Amino acid sequence: MDDIQNILQAMMRVAVSPQTAAVAIAVIGLNIHFGYTGLLNIGQSAFMLLGAYGFAISITQGWPLVVAILMGLLVAFVFALVLGVPTLKLRGDYLAIVTISAAEIVRYVGRSVGVEWLFDLTGGAQGIPGSQYRGSFTSLSPFGSGNTTILSFNYTDVAGGSVVVRLLGWAVVIGLIWMAVRIGRGKTSLEGTGRTAAIIGISAATILLAFFLAPTGQQNTGVDGWWFTFIAWILVGISLLIVLGLTKSPWGRALRGVREDEDAMRSLGKNVFAIKMQALIIGGLFGALGGMMYVLPATVQPDSLGRSITFFAYTALLLGGAATIWGPVLGTLIFYVGRIFIIASANTYLSSDKYINIMNSQQTSQFAFILVGVALMLLVIFRPQGILGDKRELRFNV
Amino acid sequence: MSRSSVPVRVAGRGLAALAFLMLVAPLLLLLGSTPANALTLCLPKADESACIAGTMGSRANPIADVDVILTKPDGSTETQTTEDDGKFAFEVAEPGDYLVGVDPDTLPKGSELRPAAEAGLRGPDGALKVNGVQLGRSYAATLTVRDADFDDSTSTLDEILQSSVNGIRLGLLLALASVGLSLIYGTTAIANFAHAEQVTLGGMLGYLFVNSWGIPLLVGGLLVVIATAFSGWFQDRVLWQPLRRRGLGLTQLMIVTIGLSLALQYTFQYLVGSRTVRVVLDTPTVRDFGPVRITNQSLAAMAIAIVVLAMVGYALLRTRIGRATRAVSDNPALAQASGIDTDKVIRLVWTVAMGLAGLSGLLYALVTNGIKWDTGLQILLLLFAAVTLGGLGTAFGALVGSLVIGLVVELSPLVIPGDFKYAAALLILILLLLVRPQGLLGRAQRVG
Repeated sequence: MDDIQNILQAMMRVAVSPQTAAVAIAVIGLNIHFGYTGLLNIGQSAFMLLGAYGFAISITQGWPLVVAILMGLLVAFVFALVLGVPTLKLRGDYLAIVTISAAEIVRYVGRSVGVEWLFDLTGGAQGIPGSQYRGSFTSLSPFGSGNTTILSFNYTDVAGGSVVVRLLGWAVVIGLIWMAVRIGRGKTSLEGTGRTAAIIGISAATILLAFFLAPTGQQNTGVDGWWFTFIAWILVGISLLIVLGLTKSPWGRALRGVREDEDAMRSLGKNVFAIKMQALIIGGLFGALGGMMYVLPATVQPDSLGRSITFFAYTALLLGGAATIWGPVLGTLIFYVGRIFIIASANTYLSSDKYINIMNSQQTSQFAFILVGVALMLLVIFRPQGILGDKRELRFNV
Repeated sequence: MSRSSVPVRVAGRGLAALAFLMLVAPLLLLLGSTPANALTLCLPKADESACIAGTMGSRANPIADVDVILTKPDGSTETQTTEDDGKFAFEVAEPGDYLVGVDPDTLPKGSELRPAAEAGLRGPDGALKVNGVQLGRSYAATLTVRDADFDDSTSTLDEILQSSVNGIRLGLLLALASVGLSLIYGTTAIANFAHAEQVTLGGMLGYLFVNSWGIPLLVGGLLVVIATAFSGWFQDRVLWQPLRRRGLGLTQLMIVTIGLSLALQYTFQYLVGSRTVRVVLDTPTVRDFGPVRITNQSLAAMAIAIVVLAMVGYALLRTRIGRATRAVSDNPALAQASGIDTDKVIRLVWTVAMGLAGLSGLLYALVTNGIKWDTGLQILLLLFAAVTLGGLGTAFGALVGSLVIGLVVELSPLVIPGDFKYAAALLILILLLLVRPQGLLGRAQRVG
């Protein structure tokens, strides 16, 4: 049971981590591209990396925090324009090839050591250490110093932390998630505000119960502490609200129209190119925001924001359900928590002399990656709508 | 390659990736040897110390009795005198930016320290910058010595010639893989992101057959092509054909190839690790043709590539099945209506394309002296650039596009920093799409 509790704690740490939230924001952006508009952008990592560079370099140049955030967004805006102009009039696969190429260009340039002024700004492959740009964000924290564990009581306080209590607790957690998913998919009679309220209520109860079962403590303000976690998830919430507003608007319907049938949209007098460009820009801005949040507790390393992040984002999006509001967040959570579950389980059970020892510690994470790849294939083939999506919405072709 | 040795700051992955960018074979030897040297002299302890180590001169010709000076972040210095093996190793206790230089008076008469090739690593007086040292890690400081009257300015024309030959070599190897990629695109409309992993697979199987099992290179090479071609047949049998029957959309298929690519990459890493493995171990023999220097292996690889590409071209133009392939590529529905078994053609295209990609990977591993789990990934984008440049779906366009991309990649370092050579190739792709979206050889048709 101790091993299992350790695995659960590790999963919980990843679930609240600000970097998970950051990726969720980028996936929300990708959802605007891929889910709502049908743009196959395989360079979301470049939007994240450029946002991170714009933000971090601005601060190292001594500019204030707000300006730095705007710079990060501006860089992503320009990047979206540069990508969109040559490709958005062409068939979808051109956008795919150009975006992945452009993402690699950004990464190569970022890790380049050949040009001195550039190297001084980006720090090459080693990147910009977080300590150089984190300060002004950390100093805003109202949380003070010290450690906090969410909820002052946890499973150890109930019946001495007996196995039965814990098993029962996790069963309830799974049940609650299942309920939320059912409501999210519209399988119940709840509608409109009631539905949203029910989802938020159940989510809150699930989160509290999860904290009760896997007590998570961290620093209040330090790197990766509650201040970072708090702001990151607040940003996720704001992003969700923005997307909710956008997709319920006439503009959001135009996006879906472009996805379903461009020619029909043209015959209605809509400027398809402009709509696609707007979608690319807005999704890219979310990517940049996610990128900034992603590097705040870490370093701006070009290789950490490479292709694999884009592929993770696609897996997460398809898992949660493309073209849904909650899909990106649910998918990102399940993806990252599931990945750490595979790694931690493999570390515990397949890589120790206590049980079976068939792989070393590097192989366990590679093993997880292999499963991610296979999962992505199986998802697309057997359940393209993911957990929350509507299959009819994903019949489109680029 | 004219640049025999380039001092590089080694930071594990950093060097490995860079080495592939440069395609400099000697660096790979260096990669294998440097960490071992450093380890024998200095072991970094986590959160306590880091090591900065290196060798004066080369491993074959070490230089003894040189005072190597380490300048610490706080400005203080530490000096070590090299032994007969030319090695030095500093153990440092604080992270930060260091400088490694030498006392010029202790160098052999008439020689001097060669400044780092990368401007970002050049310190004062020819010293080498070792930036961003973190505790618990080893860093290699590669100091190269040259004659003081050494003249490294080879004539521009010679450089252009040498780079052009390298460019054609790279172009031919890319063409082997990209012709298949283009045929797959033409017949099935799938942009196959897992194509790169077939290239890696070719090199990896070469390593397994020739290096590990000791099968002679020619036989092993043939086995590699057969095995990768079979993997193509098998893939179509169990994956792509069923998905075609299911009517899965193209976007979804493209994401399936991405998933496959991810799974394969990490399977390679799981089985072989992230090190570079070589197909043959002996040092390649070098030949000089006037100003151009090329290895025997490269010559053979180029010859094989030309013969195979000519065969593919002949088959496409003159044989029945080749004509059927082009028919399917032009209009699958019409081809089927006129009695062509499209499934059979597509099966054949997958088989041949994967075999070609495997051959390309094997030759690439031989020419660049090694293969790594992400070698294919490194050239995937060049493949896509080549295919798009030539015109998506046209086999001969892929050939032309590959040669253009190969030349751009090898010639561009003459005018821009070497790091940007891949970026230059991709930039050309983006610019071309602005003016001629159908590619060089593609027909002007509506693509949007």
